[in-house]
Order: sequence, then C-alpha cells, then structure tokens
Amino acid sequence: MQQVRFINIGERTNVTGSARFKKLILDGKFEAALQVARQQVENGAQIIDINMDEAMLDSKAAMVRYLNLLASEPDISRVPIMVDSSKWEVIEAALKCIQGKAVVNSISLKEGEAQFIHQAKLLRRYGAAVVVMAFDEVGQADTKARKVEICQRAYKILVEQIGFPPEDIIFDPNIFAVATGIEEHNNYAVDFIEATREIKKLCPYAKVSGGVSNVSFSFRGNDPVREAIHSVFLYHAIKAGMDMGIVNAGQLAVYDDIPELLRERVEDVILNRRDDATERLLDIAAQFKGDGTVAVKEDEAWRSWPVNKRLEHALVKGITDFIEVDTEEARLQVERPLHVIEGPLMDGMNVVGDLFGEGKMFLPQVVKSARVMKKAVAYLQPYIEAEKAGTGAKAQGKVLMATVKGDVHDIGKNIVGVVLQCNNYEVIDLGVMVPCATLLQKAKELDVDIIGLSGLITPSLDEMVHVAKEMTRLGFTIPLLIGGATTSKAHTAIKIAPNYQHGVVYVPNASRSVSVVQSLISPTQKPDYLARVNDEYRRAVEQHQRARPGEKMLTLEEARDNKFQLDLTKVAPAPKKPGIHIWQDVDLQSLRDFIDWTPFFLTWQLSGKFPAILNHPEVGMEARKLYQDANHMLDLMIGSRKVTGRAIFGLFPANSEGDDIIVYTDESRTTEKHRLYNLRQQLQLRNNVPNCCLGDFVAPASSGVADYIGAFAVSTGFGADEFAAEFAAAHDDYNSIMVKALADRLAEALAEYLHQQVRKDYWGYAADENLDNEALIREAYQGIRPAPGYPACPEHTEKGTLFNMLNVTPEIGLELTESFAMWPGAAVSGWYFAHPDSKYFAVSKIGEDQLADYAQRKGFSQEEAHSWLAPNLR
Amino acid sequence: MTVFSAAVQSGARLTPQALAQLLSERILVLDGAMGTMIQAYQLQEADYRGAEFADWPSDLKGNNDLLVLTQPQIISDIHHKYLAAGADILETNSFNATTIAMADYDMSHLSARINREAAALARKACDEFTALTPDKPRYVAGVLGPTNRTASISPDVNDPGYRNIDFDTLVAAYHESTLALIEGGADIIMLETIFDTLNAKAAAFAVLQVFDEIGYKLPVMISGTITDASGRTLSGQTTEAFYNSLAHVEPVTFGLNCALGPDLLRPYVETLSGISECYVSVHPNAGLPNEFGEYDLGAVEMAAEIKDWAAQGFLNIVGGCCGTTPEHIKAISEVVAGVKPRQPKTKSHQFHLAGLEAFSLEW
Repeated sequence: MQQVRFINIGERTNVTGSARFKKLILDGKFEAALQVARQQVENGAQIIDINMDEAMLDSKAAMVRYLNLLASEPDISRVPIMVDSSKWEVIEAALKCIQGKAVVNSISLKEGEAQFIHQAKLLRRYGAAVVVMAFDEVGQADTKARKVEICQRAYKILVEQIGFPPEDIIFDPNIFAVATGIEEHNNYAVDFIEATREIKKLCPYAKVSGGVSNVSFSFRGNDPVREAIHSVFLYHAIKAGMDMGIVNAGQLAVYDDIPELLRERVEDVILNRRDDATERLLDIAAQFKGDGTVAVKEDEAWRSWPVNKRLEHALVKGITDFIEVDTEEARLQVERPLHVIEGPLMDGMNVVGDLFGEGKMFLPQVVKSARVMKKAVAYLQPYIEAEKAGTGAKAQGKVLMATVKGDVHDIGKNIVGVVLQCNNYEVIDLGVMVPCATLLQKAKELDVDIIGLSGLITPSLDEMVHVAKEMTRLGFTIPLLIGGATTSKAHTAIKIAPNYQHGVVYVPNASRSVSVVQSLISPTQKPDYLARVNDEYRRAVEQHQRARPGEKMLTLEEARDNKFQLDLTKVAPAPKKPGIHIWQDVDLQSLRDFIDWTPFFLTWQLSGKFPAILNHPEVGMEARKLYQDANHMLDLMIGSRKVTGRAIFGLFPANSEGDDIIVYTDESRTTEKHRLYNLRQQLQLRNNVPNCCLGDFVAPASSGVADYIGAFAVSTGFGADEFAAEFAAAHDDYNSIMVKALADRLAEALAEYLHQQVRKDYWGYAADENLDNEALIREAYQGIRPAPGYPACPEHTEKGTLFNMLNVTPEIGLELTESFAMWPGAAVSGWYFAHPDSKYFAVSKIGEDQLADYAQRKGFSQEEAHSWLAPNLR
Repeated sequence: MTVFSAAVQSGARLTPQALAQLLSERILVLDGAMGTMIQAYQLQEADYRGAEFADWPSDLKGNNDLLVLTQPQIISDIHHKYLAAGADILETNSFNATTIAMADYDMSHLSARINREAAALARKACDEFTALTPDKPRYVAGVLGPTNRTASISPDVNDPGYRNIDFDTLVAAYHESTLALIEGGADIIMLETIFDTLNAKAAAFAVLQVFDEIGYKLPVMISGTITDASGRTLSGQTTEAFYNSLAHVEPVTFGLNCALGPDLLRPYVETLSGISECYVSVHPNAGLPNEFGEYDLGAVEMAAEIKDWAAQGFLNIVGGCCGTTPEHIKAISEVVAGVKPRQPKTKSHQFHLAGLEAFSLEW
C-alpha cells in the first residue's frame, strides 16, 4: 500500500500557521513552545517543520534559540527537522545549530539561477536535503505545465551542474486553495496531482511534498470539512506519487471513515468533476460543522479494542486499572481459565520481552508489566483451582534463587526474578540469608533446572564458593548462576567455576539473565553455550594471571616505611560533644534533600548521572517517570511512618600505634578500651605515592598529640521489609522493589546528613562548612567516613568492634549476621576521621607477610585470616 | 586571494580515488595511541616547555600537541615505532591543536604552526619508511580532533539553550588547522573521535571549503565515537543517524573509534559496515580503563577480535585508540594481512535524514 510510505511533517511549530505557537514565541515562552513540537512527534509527525517568519520577531534569533532548546529534548529531537523560512539568513543560522541531517524548506529559482546554485551548493556543504519550490523568475507556478517545467529545470541544474544527490531533492509544486468561488482556482488540486505524477516520472529519485492545509483554506472554521478535504486530497495525491506533506499529524481523517455524502462532494471539488462542485459542498458543509475534531482521547481509545489487544496494551503500558475486568472478559471467551494465561497474557508478555530485548522498553517498565501480569494471574487463580484440572501454566523452566547465608541484600535478585518471570520462567525465591543446606535441599525437592545465587558483601563470595563445592559433593548437574554487586567474571572464573563442573555462569545484570537462562535450559544450546563460557573464563583467568605491568608487591616493612606522613599541626580539635549519641526517630522528610539519586537509577538499570539522566535521549522519559514514582513512594513511606530511621554515633579519644588505632576509655588516655586493626596498601604505587593505612590518619600515641576518632551506625530499614512485603503480597513487585531501593537511598542520605552534623556540630571542626548536595556527593568536605568491608578497611569483622563500641544492637536494634552484614539491610556504618589530609583509598592486594602480621595482631588463626581477607589476597 | 605555499600548490599526493582503489585491494593498518605512548616517557613540566616556552605563563604539562615543537624527537620515535610495527597510515599528533583547544594554554596563535609541524614529522617518518619498502607506501592522516567545546550541548544546566561555542567559530578554527595540515604534508584529512556531530559538521564544512580554495581534494576519513553501551554518541545520535548526518562529506571511509574496546564496539561496527556506502575504518581502545585508568586488553586478545571482524568482512582500515601500543598494531597488522577487505555497499539512492535517530525510507 502506497500510503504507508507517506511522510507526515508536523506543521504546528509554525508561527504563520499556528496562532497558539505564534503567541508563545512572541511572549518568549519557548519552554511551552517546545510542548507543541512534542505533541507533534507524539501524534506521529516523522519530521517537524519549524517556521519563525513573523514580522514582529527577530526570526533568526528565535530560530536559533528554539533549535538549541529542542536539542536538549531527546524525545523531540530524535526526529529530523525541516527548517522552514523564506529568509536565507534564517536558514543558514538554523543549519548551524542542527547536528542531524535536516531538510531546508525552501529555495527556488525566483531570484535567478546564480543565487539558486550558490544556495544549493552551501546546503550540500551543510549536509541538508532541500525543498525546491516551483517558483521562477516569472513567478509561482499554478498550472500543471508550469509546475513541471520549473521543477524539471531545477532538477537538471541541481543534479547535472552541482552533483546534488537526486534523492535529497524534494519539490513543492504549490498547493493552492480550491472552492474559493473563483473559477480559475477550481483546477488547482488537479494541477498539483497531475504535476506530481509527471515530476515523479521525469525526475528520478526526487520527491514531492506540499503544505496540505492550504487546499482547504476557504473552509476555515469548519474543521471536519477541512479534514475531509485534506484526507481526500492526500488520497489522490499520494496515489499520484506525493511522498510527504506538511500536515497536522493529530488531525487527519481516514479516507474510508468520511461520511459518504461528504466524501463524494469533497471529491467533486478536489478532482474538479462538476462546475457546481463548490456550491454543493457549501450546501452540506454546515451539517458537518461540529465542535471540531472527533475528540477521542488517546488514553481511552484503547478501551474500545478487542479484549486480547486490551490485555496486551495493559501489559506493555503497565496499566493495572482495568486488568481484572479485562481478564474476566477474556476468561469468559475461552474454554479453560488457564487458556487466558497461555494465550493473550503470555502473548502480551512476549511483546514486552521482545521490546525489552530490543532496548525499546526499560527495566522499570518491565517490572510494571510484571505487576499487571501477576494481578491477572492472581485473579484467575481461584478459577484454575476450582477447575482442578491444571497444574498451572507450563513454564519454560524452574529457577531457584537465593541470597546466600550471611547476606541480606536482595534488590538485584528480586529484579532478576521479575525479569525471568516475565519471560515465562517459574521462579522460586528462597529469600535472604539462605543456608547452603536449605538451598540445595529445596533444589532437589523441587527438581529445579537452575540455581541462582546473589550477594552484595564480600564474605558472600566465599559462601558462593562453598555452595559450588557442595553441589559437586552432592552430585548436582544443574547450572549455577552467580550475581550481585561484588561478584565478577574474574572471581567466578577463578574461584567458583573450578569447584563445579556442570556450569557456573556469572550474570552481570538483570537484562542478561534471560538470555543466559534460555541458553542453559535449551538442551541443544546448552553444551555450546557452556563451552563458550568456559572458554571465556579460561581467558579471564589467563588475563588475571598475567602480571599487571609495573605491579610490584612491597614487603610490609617497605610499605610501612612509605607510610602517609601526617601533618600534626593540622590535627582536628577535640570534639565539642564527645561520647555516644543516639537518634531514635530521625526526621526522614528532611533527609530527602540529601539523597544521591544516581545509584537509585542504576538499581533500575538506567545508567546516567542525576539530574542529567532525566533528559537522557534514550532513557530520559522512563527516568522521569521512575523519579516521579519514587517521590510518591517516599511521600507514602515517610507520611504514613511505614519506615523509621535511627542513628547511633560516638566520638572518642584515640591515637595510633603502628597500623592500629587505640580507642581510650577517657581523656587521660591511659587505658585502652578498643583496638581497631587496619590494613596497609602494599602494592607499589606510582610517583612515590605513600602506601596508606587508616592508622596513618590518626596522630601516633608517641607524638603526644591528643587525637580522636568517631564511629557511627545508621539504618532507615526499620519497617521497610515489612512494607515491601505488603506490596509483594499484592503482586506488586514494582513497588516492593521500590521501597527497598528507596530505603537504601535514605540510609545513605542519613549517613551523609549525620556526617555533616558531626563535622559542623558534634565534633565541630568544620562549623562554617556550607556545601550543597552535589558537593556532598562529590565528598568535597574535610574528613572521611570509611566503612568496614569497603576498600579502605576491607576486613568485615571490624564491624563487630564498631558495634561493640557503640552498643549498636541493644540501643537501636540494628543487627549483624554471621557474615557481618547489617540487618535491616538499609544501613550504613563506619568510622569518622577528621584530619584534613585523610582520604579514601583502596587497600587492594596484600602480601603473605601482612596476612600473617594481621592474623597475629587480631588473634586470628591462619585459616580465619585467609577466609576473611580472601578478596585481598592474590 | 590567498597565496598558498608550494607544498599546497603541488596538489594531492593521494587522491580520494587512489585511496579507494587501495582499500578495495587490501586492509590498511592505522597506527595506535599517541597519548599512551607519550605517557610512558613520564615527561615533566620542563620537558613540555622546552627552551622556547621556558617562561610561558601557564602550565604546559599535558599539552601533548605542543611536543611536536618542544620534543619532536619523541614524537618521531613514536611514529617510527608504529611504522616498524606495520602501520600503513600515521595519525598526526594534532588532536588538540585547533585554536579552540589550544586556548586552554593561551596558545591559539600557535595552532597553525603545531598542525604544520605535526604533519611534517609524520611526513618525514612515512617518507623514510616508504623509501625502504616502496611496495608498502605509508600515508599521513592529518588529524582534526573534536575540540573541548560542544556545539549541541549546553554547559549550563540551568539554560539548555546556552552554547559556549558556535558553528562559525568552529569552522574558522578547523579551516586554519586543515590548511596547516596540508601544508605540512598530510595525505588524508581525518575527523576523529566525533562525539558531537554538529562539531564534526563544522569541521567538514571547513575541510570542504579548503578543498574548494586549493582546487583539489584529499581523501577524508570520518570516525565517530559511541560513548557507551547505549549505542549513542555523546550528543545522543545512533550510529545510523551519525552516518546519515555526515554522508554529504563523501568521505572515503566512515568509521568508529575510542571510548570502547573491540568487544563492546562490535555491534556498532557491524551496523556501520551494514549500511556504509564508503569504506569502513575502526580504531578501538584497548578495552575499558580499569580502576587505575589503565587499559588492560593485551595485543593478542585485541588482535583476536580484530581478526574476526576482518573475517566477517567489516573492515577496510583498522588501528588502535587509547591504550594501544606498537605491540597491538603489530599483532593487528599480522592478523589482517591477506584477509579480503570489505566492499562498500553500492549506491542506493535511498532517502536518509536524521535527528538523534535515523530516518530512512526505502525507495
């Protein structure tokens, strides 16, 4: 069908054609004027025509301003631009702002060949396609013969003299108004249509375009008739070869939908079939004069579609409003309730899966789709059970998932679960802190096809190795998937895979999980896939084993000789409010300004810096929706007091001794109450950078300088898991994951806020500090707050010391698991160092000598030391 | 009327047609990273300054392009190493040598001199090697980098309509660089690491203007940068949109470089190879930088990926960007030797436009 090829050019961003747009531009409301362009694109305009030719306006400046603003709106600027002006200087200025390949509308032979050639050559140099108007030295072409003659002449000059690519030439043979009452005008539409046919024949690859609304000019004020005229005109012009037109993309009647009486009389006018055609159309025009368009709002139009289409639409758009009604309707149409799941619902989810696979949907949308699916399935469940016939929809395979023993982090795992369910896999989720024995027992019992392990803290890596070993011992043959923030391809290849021969696969993110599971479940693909994975791991191992160029391990003694030299004159003053402080009920509302949103978007696999991500060309729109949903959820979490935050922190006299830090009972500094054990960087660093250790940032006992250290533990997870579970129970994974992700952000925000209060007030060494949130995120303040288990102090058991020092668990109810993960999981703990030169660093790899030394200081057996420091050993 | 130097008046050493002919016969090898090699010399402020700029008021450490004046021997050495490794085409050390980028060092007035000298150093090295092995002639690609200012993106978050550079200023800067590169002996003009297509359009505008003025054309190479796994340039265009937006330059090659290693770049190379009516060039990074900002992908691994690209028929010119060394180039030149080069798509007369995304219509 030819019509498919027709290109809609949006006409509303034109000050000469749209009164509203003109007013916005004249009033300088450029932001609002962008909405006009956005609507055009949303309504299906494939190119947007922009025209600023208005006497009251500095057209050039307005064009440049508008185009520059448009460039930052990815959902508009994804389409090409048509620069529409009769002023050459406006056209040139516009082309200097457009990175894509635009169309210029227009140039012509009006001022003679020399200027035409000059302009065409420049357009080629700017890389634009061109609309050539059928206008020459004599005037504008009105008859078929003149239109054809001028276009053919222009074509020859462009193609033969300049080498302009013929496919980039678009002719506008002038659409003039018909039914004006002037007899000479009656054939204008026919002239255009017939000229189009001829031009397309004589000028290979060139296109024909035109401003369609001109044709109906005499029916201003009667939109239904105008739309009918446009539609009939296009119907015939497109058949003759018209390729594109400037139209109001939101307002085009469908030819077949025009009432027959109206269509016939319009057709008489357009095709100039009778002398009285104009009168006859005028006679009936009034009956069709309504209030304008047949205003079916797009939002509701889908409600009139067939039920299967409605279900698909609801799934793709994530709309739960009508899902039960629609599911019921679908159920009544099929023999068995199960068929609704296997039929329309699975079909809809396949569409979702495909769109996600093609990168046309993003994770938050997919999770919303899953919510719709789960609600529909939940609705059908009683009917399926009543029927007692089915055992549930036949899933493609069973995946057992768990966060390993000692770890409580599950956001990523939950997302993977949802994505897999969306792709018709049965997911059995055992939750968090799942002991290996329970996990493997369940796997046997339920006869699952794949096991997926997740973990966030470094001790979980060892637990995963343990699971792999146990699977070998117990004779498992199903594949094992590894995921979570601290896991990596290298660790999987080097430490886990060698312990289990039937496939260990590292899954870097949720979107990858589908293809991995698919490959592993298909008996035909599996061997090849595992061979490829093994090959990849072999290379990863080799790459890892190759010494990094220039990487040299110092002896512990050498590293200590190259310690960070603390400037004792800059040691921070004594805390204003020493001792332990507790905040039992933190005002979460005030924390919202301290949220670092970038990681939140990353959780949902939308990567980009906040707030720039809200305008990202690809994910911007989804990011904005997600951001809005997140803020609503925060309102709810905070407003209904579903979650609460608590903090405990203390500031204590301390001095260093070697790499250790001694915390004293009191200011007399005679009795050691706690000892913090630290690790030192041992790899040789470039340019003689010191080998740091946290102990270096505290004044040595031998110096006689009184120094201090702080400790803190905060959580905003109290109530969060329960609240998330409420959503999960209502089949709403989207909001369940949202609650947890936001609780994590609030905990980080609380840690940030608390640190600021400590710097400015409790310790008070930076009373005058005045930083905005962005500066806080960049850590532009004095002092650091490293957390045990993270790069500067990677050994997790030190968290035990911290919890003892502050009496954390009895005071605020925050607990530690056997792997030293904090529970509830939305929690942060760490040390405060105040010295202005203290900085974050990564301990990275340490040598056998430091391992032995640390074990001896800390009272670890060799085995314990090896286990807790595994990530830092070669 | 501008009077051009004798070097310019003597005409193109390598016509676009001649380069196209060569590319239809074999895969040519481009050199590797310049910055990575310079880093290894661990040059200090004084080394960058040399005698001439000893008293220059601003810091000069890091002004790698200036080294063509102050440490020409080092740049020549690096060129020699790449030629010895098998490179057919050398890129001039002029990535940041436009008046715009040089303004950071208050050295805009040196732009032409640096470009000219950068081309002359590469010219000399190529001529020496061509004399030794006349059956393997070496060529100089005069590099036009992206500059440090972006014509399509606002640097001010509060005013998305603001720009700190405009098209005309870019054209003037690129015009000066292009002419100087030709004066210094460039065979080819290469627009590389394009992350904003509007900047590149200005560069291309200047290049075409220069060709008009001197009365002949040099082969042009265009190479864009897909910044991350979103598959877009920094200014938001897809590979296809980028291609459509610059096809009017009629370059001999279209390509991609920088930002990604060969593994992540592959889908976009495949896309480009599938649409390009020009020859295709690629020079990826040696993987992504690690936590120390270093590139880990070894020569052998990188060459293995490249070998597959060549076998798939994606390539006409291949080399390396950030993190690659003569070792990489040697390995790459070995794996592509004798492999049949890609043949460009035949001209289709399809109608293409572009916003951030491509708009194409089958005709």
